[in-house]
Amino acid sequence: MSWDWDYAWDIVPDLWDGMKVALEATVYGYLIALALGLVLALARRNKHRWISLPIALLSELIRATPLLVQLFFMFYLLPEIGIRWEPLTVGAVTLGIHYATYTSEVYRSGIDNVPVGQWEAATALNLPRRRVWTSVILPQAVPRVIPALGNYLIAMFKDTPQLIAITVVEVFSTARELNSETFRTLEPFTMAGLFYLVVALVMSGVLRLVERRFGRVRST
Amino acid sequence: MTSGQFHLLLDGALNTIYLTLGGAALALVLALVAGLARARGNRAVRIIGGCYVEIFRGLPTLVLAFWFVFALPALGWQLDPLWAGMLALGLNIGAYAAEVVRGAIRSVPTGQAEAAVALNFTRAQRIRHVELPQAYVAMLPPLGNNLIELLKSSAVVSIVSIPDLTFNAQLIRMSSGETLPVFTGLLFGYAVIALVLTGLMRLLERHAVRTLGREPVPGVIRRILRRAEATA
Repeated sequence: MSWDWDYAWDIVPDLWDGMKVALEATVYGYLIALALGLVLALARRNKHRWISLPIALLSELIRATPLLVQLFFMFYLLPEIGIRWEPLTVGAVTLGIHYATYTSEVYRSGIDNVPVGQWEAATALNLPRRRVWTSVILPQAVPRVIPALGNYLIAMFKDTPQLIAITVVEVFSTARELNSETFRTLEPFTMAGLFYLVVALVMSGVLRLVERRFGRVRST
Repeated sequence: MTSGQFHLLLDGALNTIYLTLGGAALALVLALVAGLARARGNRAVRIIGGCYVEIFRGLPTLVLAFWFVFALPALGWQLDPLWAGMLALGLNIGAYAAEVVRGAIRSVPTGQAEAAVALNFTRAQRIRHVELPQAYVAMLPPLGNNLIELLKSSAVVSIVSIPDLTFNAQLIRMSSGETLPVFTGLLFGYAVIALVLTGLMRLLERHAVRTLGREPVPGVIRRILRRAEATA
């Protein structure tokens, strides 16, 4: 079998439709991971053992097991407890939870790296606890960890092909579809792979711009 | 659980371990070559290493697995699925590990390389006897993380019908309809394999630290024993 350029170009629009689904899952999943990660990071620093310990154990279990197994877990078990979501929603939420355990560690290292004098100064000014966090600690902790957080966006995007397993129609399901219609294997799978490579490279470029724009701690 | 199901899971677990170890062996070779090329090679070699890392970091493992299982036969190569899986996993993790190797070589203090030059070592001798032995100790912990990543991504290849732990657990789920116990068991199965691998890596790290003539940080067991002594 030889490579057919005409056919390879013809299937680009179909694959792009699949890519839109993959990107949608990535965006929603990433937003969940960013928000939930911060919540987990703060919960793990909680001084009450009965809050921080279960969270820590659950995070470790999530981090030691494959995403694919977690996808299956959610996909088959949510309906059993009466939650009926679209497969894409299940996928985005699972991606979000899985990566939240990673982003929470990143936030934690950012918070731990804020110099202790900042805490002391904020306390000396008699700022309320909430203000200490929102105006002093987080504005210094978050910009520093933007590059590390960005890496997880790309990692998450690269995990989206696994959504095939829970019946989401994305790039590779489309490639399979095309393969069963035309019996050509080389073009659909190679083009799908190239699609991923190009989008991942574009993402790293965008992340670099974001880092330059927001990756500095503002000094006033 | 019937004995048939038990055997199915055992076979799956074995295949998962094969995938992980085979992938790790390939990744390690690729990582050492590409890492060394990027840290100590001339310009051409550096660019080749850089291309490998950039391309295979940007390609999802599943994409590679798909390609090796479905597209490669079209070019006239038929691989055993298990080998195709190992190849996909090794190529992918190797790109990440190459960065670890590069960082570790760069982290060796410059004084060491200068001392090797002062002793009239050739470049090959300098890399082999001075830089690599010290980089080796620095690269073990992050490589351990890469190994766990590899174990986790090995589940991905079940999608292209390689009979690993996840794939066989799915078979059992379909035949028995027992969703919750199968997936809970599966989660803990992976966690146990991950724990064993982490433990082995820790032993290796401690041994490696000793080769540099440093005392390793006492492990969990030793710490507990010491605490027992202190209170007694």
